[in-house]
Amino acid sequence: MTAARMPISLRINGEQVETTVQARTNLVDFLRNEQQLTGTHVGCEHGVCGACTVRVDGRIVRGCLMLAIQANGTTVETIEGQSDSGKLEELQAAFHRHNALQCGFCTPGMLLTAQELLDSDKPITREVIRDQISGNYCRCTGYQAIVDAVEEVAIARRGASL
Amino acid sequence: MKAPEFDYVRPDTLEDVFVLLDDETCDARLLAGGQSLIAALNFRLDAPELLIDINRIDGLSGIVEDGDNIRIGALTRHVEVENSQIVARHLPLLSKAIGNVAHAAIRNRGTFGGSLALADPAAEIPACCLAYDAIITASSSSGNRTIRAADFFHGLYETALEDHEIITAVEFKKRAPNDLVAFDEITRRHGDYAMAGLAFSAAAKGKIEDPHIVFFGISDRPIRAVEAEAILEGARLDQPAIAAAASKATEGIELSSDTSASEAMKAHLARTLLNRALTSILEEKP
Repeated sequence: MTAARMPISLRINGEQVETTVQARTNLVDFLRNEQQLTGTHVGCEHGVCGACTVRVDGRIVRGCLMLAIQANGTTVETIEGQSDSGKLEELQAAFHRHNALQCGFCTPGMLLTAQELLDSDKPITREVIRDQISGNYCRCTGYQAIVDAVEEVAIARRGASL
Repeated sequence: MKAPEFDYVRPDTLEDVFVLLDDETCDARLLAGGQSLIAALNFRLDAPELLIDINRIDGLSGIVEDGDNIRIGALTRHVEVENSQIVARHLPLLSKAIGNVAHAAIRNRGTFGGSLALADPAAEIPACCLAYDAIITASSSSGNRTIRAADFFHGLYETALEDHEIITAVEFKKRAPNDLVAFDEITRRHGDYAMAGLAFSAAAKGKIEDPHIVFFGISDRPIRAVEAEAILEGARLDQPAIAAAASKATEGIELSSDTSASEAMKAHLARTLLNRALTSILEEKP
């Protein structure tokens, strides 16, 4: 077995990146430690907490359960890219308004997870919101304020009655 | 923790996979969705020499209708099953179950075949395959063979799959629109592995025919409650039948406790699930 680095070519937040990576390095460690994108957090490292959520080819994934080398040829979007693009502005403002974060550790993952639901054509209820964020731990808020914030954006986008 | 070192290859064809799997000197694992494998590597519960990434192999993914059958490719992601109109229409049990498989981000990566190959006793998809008498295709350099779901699950993470084989597809018979179907599970958090779960399917022609009661998360594998099935076979669904079936829910099943519940609690949850499921069917179909 080898610690040799393998070539990897991918798009990260709109920029083409050509570099090398060890096979054992997972996507979130690659983004944080080798691309200096530290907005994505590392929590449990076994897929339970959701802090490492990033988007790969437009879908949210666990950054700790995907190897960086598997992202070869894909488009990766992190909280930095999504935030800078303005796509999360409404949701971020709603989180702010509702105190839907305290320490902020889960927030990048929460935002990307909620965004996927809001951008889908699925019917949205509070129960659906809770299901969607069920894979993201928050140890500060008790979730109520997060559900309130996501619901508010859903109502704003889709009209009064959910 | 972080995964140990390993070599990584991403073959483009099944033939290339077979060559790698046939090399008995190399301790290799197939990497499909990776939603359990990478976690196991991170925990250092497993330390293979080589990962064979099958994610870019053409033809392993997709849900297709073929006459009376539905074929689900092994590499089909859970989210594709969740969004499939074909599955919703012809395999309603799977449709009900799939939203309970982990969480959205995991359903975007995890695969149908991967769930079967892992054979976690508390997982939903193996239970549904057993309830629907699915046929699993295992492929290798010596060709394809089919394995009935009833013969596939041998124990805790143990299956009929041989080291040099890869699951390539799973076939189901289309179900009749008036089939009786129920799916339920008890978890501490939505999407977590079930403390106990139930996948139920039966034909209904006035009376219950060919009932399949499959419990998961209570034994070392998904398992049919044959005693309770015998009570329901040919019976009319009513409260006495439900009570009789529920009382025999775990009869003959070797229960396995885990960190979430004792054997006695698993048995209690199984009875409760069966009672609830059959009662809900009774209330839906007066």
